[in-house]
Amino acid sequence: MLNFPRWKAFLICILSIMGIFAAVPNFLSDTQLKNYPDFLPQSRVTLGLDLQGGVHLLMEVDLTEVEKEKLESKRGEIRDALRAKKIILRSSMHNKSIHIKLTDKSQTEEALKVIGDTVEMLGAGLTGIGVPDMKYDVQADGTIVVTLTEEGLVVRGDEVITQSIEVIRRRIDGMGTTEPIIQKQGVGRILVQVPGFDDPQKLKNIIGKTAKLSFQLVNSAIGVGDRVPPSFERFPMAEGERRTGLPDSLVVSKRKILTGENLVDAGMAYDRDNRPVVSFRFDRAGGKRFADVTRKNVNRQFAIILDGVIISAPNIQSPILGGSGIITGNFTVESASELGLLLRAGALPARLTVVEERTVGPDLGSDNIESGKIAAIIGLLAVMVYIVLSYGMFGMVTNFALLVNIGLIFGLLSTLGATLTMPGVAGIVLTVGMAVDANVLIFERVREEYRNGKSALVSLDSGFEKAFSTIVDANVTTFIAAIILFQFGSGPIKGFAVTLAIGIATSMFTAVSLSRLIISTWAVRKRPTTLKI
Amino acid sequence: MLLKLVPDNTKIRFIDFRKIAYGLSLLMIVSSFSLYFSKGLNYGIDFEGGIMIEIGTEAPIDIAAVRAAMSSLDMGDVKVQEFGAKNDVLIRFEHQEGLTVDQVVEKVRGVLASAIEGKISYRRTETVGSTVSSELISDGIMAVTLAIGAVLIYIWFRFEWQFGMGAVVALIHDVILTVGMFSFTGLEFNLTTIAAILTIVGYSLNDTVVVYDRIRENLRKYRKMPLPELLNLSINETLSRTVMTSFTTMIALFALFFLGGEGIHGFSAAMIWGIFVGTYSSIFIASPILLWVELRREEGSMSTPGMDIIPPKKG
Repeated sequence: MLNFPRWKAFLICILSIMGIFAAVPNFLSDTQLKNYPDFLPQSRVTLGLDLQGGVHLLMEVDLTEVEKEKLESKRGEIRDALRAKKIILRSSMHNKSIHIKLTDKSQTEEALKVIGDTVEMLGAGLTGIGVPDMKYDVQADGTIVVTLTEEGLVVRGDEVITQSIEVIRRRIDGMGTTEPIIQKQGVGRILVQVPGFDDPQKLKNIIGKTAKLSFQLVNSAIGVGDRVPPSFERFPMAEGERRTGLPDSLVVSKRKILTGENLVDAGMAYDRDNRPVVSFRFDRAGGKRFADVTRKNVNRQFAIILDGVIISAPNIQSPILGGSGIITGNFTVESASELGLLLRAGALPARLTVVEERTVGPDLGSDNIESGKIAAIIGLLAVMVYIVLSYGMFGMVTNFALLVNIGLIFGLLSTLGATLTMPGVAGIVLTVGMAVDANVLIFERVREEYRNGKSALVSLDSGFEKAFSTIVDANVTTFIAAIILFQFGSGPIKGFAVTLAIGIATSMFTAVSLSRLIISTWAVRKRPTTLKI
Repeated sequence: MLLKLVPDNTKIRFIDFRKIAYGLSLLMIVSSFSLYFSKGLNYGIDFEGGIMIEIGTEAPIDIAAVRAAMSSLDMGDVKVQEFGAKNDVLIRFEHQEGLTVDQVVEKVRGVLASAIEGKISYRRTETVGSTVSSELISDGIMAVTLAIGAVLIYIWFRFEWQFGMGAVVALIHDVILTVGMFSFTGLEFNLTTIAAILTIVGYSLNDTVVVYDRIRENLRKYRKMPLPELLNLSINETLSRTVMTSFTTMIALFALFFLGGEGIHGFSAAMIWGIFVGTYSSIFIASPILLWVELRREEGSMSTPGMDIIPPKKG
């Protein structure tokens, strides 16, 4: 046990040194880090929200709405396809299904073929075979019933989450904040963490808005009190757009001329009167379509609808051919740039609701770091003093191993890009207490062997050997707890689990390999006949 | 001269105290349960849901004024409590029907601005929805159960099933007593507490495993030694290590408790108690329990086959 092959000794030293170099950036100031040689690792431990302040939002995606919308669009698609084949029908929405009644039942065969062609295969990934998005059936009375498939909805749900994450990322990036964490969590949830940000309201303004934009023609023939025909819908005017003498709401055609998806760019600009407006540009197809529609509808009014509210309803004075335009409305500079950002980043495919929100102010974060640091340093010093008092020279070896251990923990945390949270700091302090356990096990064993009359070298040798399996057993059990914590914990708890697990791994290494290497090297050179332990 | 908390070659007859220990533990378990069912736990918003706001000021805060201001809002049951320092206050609301968190915070800001002088910093606001909080509860229970199950399996593989049983009884004992401590002290029971409980599970087990390891070793070494004596020997042999490790961990934890700030106060309190209980249970519960179950003494796989070594009697 006392003889180390050269390569092993070399490996242990290299690993320790590498770990410590990886930890160094954490203890440097920003300017020092700039002067730190480029070939050495530069990354630092990411601080959790509780240590640097920030906003944490857990949001739930409204999937029932997604389903409803999908069904609605499917209905339009089928209707258009059938009408193109001159099949006359009446369709109606029922709970989660579309009922289609044909005027001429003899066309059923042909209609089914047309409907069959509108089935989309979703999520055709590696297998190349997707799942159908809908299924249909003919009832006894000849009604064709179309429903969405479960599998299709699952695929669609995943898509919605992925798209939402994309959109949220673009929106937050547009705000110019640093390194947000945006990820899927569980089923139908998205976690957003923005460090160093303490205005949850502003964040929710940016990521909570669906930002569904559409351009729809206004039907001014239908007045305020009139019944709205099926192919039209009524939207309220935005509050700032309500003027005396004008209606509070307008009726528009359900058919959308264009939507936000056709936009390639948007941003804040000023109009001729120097008022803030939102300027936008359509993609090529959108521009052409907009030109066509405006050419045919000169002198009619169209509405720009954002999330169910009409933000502007201009008259078409002349065809708009350039593929770009501005939205005037009751904007401030800030709200215009906000809307510009939202339109640029695209609409969220579904509505998001906040189910968990945590905001930590920056001063609480720095207070936490400060007290964590002090607790860690005092705890460490106290343990080190106690160890030296108990084990003398061997205690110094333990302390050296302990310091390397802390270096390794920070090194690994930095390299893995793990997040250090307040419970994580507690985990490190706890590891300090527990890391010495492996050495304690070894030294107590050595003491025992030595007391039982074995020679110094034999005692050292068998102390290390016999303690090893106990050390493994004892650490594996704590490791199991750490893994389960990681699996079930969220946020700060995950951070604690990571530091605990890393701490166990590194303390095994430093106690069993590094301190053994030091003690064996000493023992082989000095050949001690007595042990002071 | 080196410091030794435990003298060499102790011969404390731990096993003889088992009846007292069982009685004491039973009493503690019963009290924990009755506390849990009568007084309950002071759940944090992780588990109860609701809205929490932490404010700080430069001068000490007049809690009564804050409380009065909050009740003027007419938003149901409001808890106002000091948080670690005199200038730091926690305010907790239940979920408000029809009000978003921001609206609640806005209202709080409004009334506090006139009720308290000086600058108020909003250190922290948290809100947890009711579906999320119930999920967090079930995840927490799941985590603790799984951890205990996983450990049972590990010990079963490494030792014999009897050892696994003993370890798990000790673990459940520790978990119950820790929950009981939270009920008794009224410390906030939240996600971090679950982390503490799981770490206690890991630590207590660590302790138990070290003693069990020695019992297993001695079972092979001293074939004919009566079991109670063998258990006593094993506990005494590992006593120095048990005390030493508990002590160093305690040093680190006390540093956390006194200096680590209010945020991890509950965590370190739970851990300190847990380590105390865990150390006690591995000596006084986990080991004597092995007397109940028939321990099989393995044949072979021993260092000196066929011989019975007399335990060292030096002192």
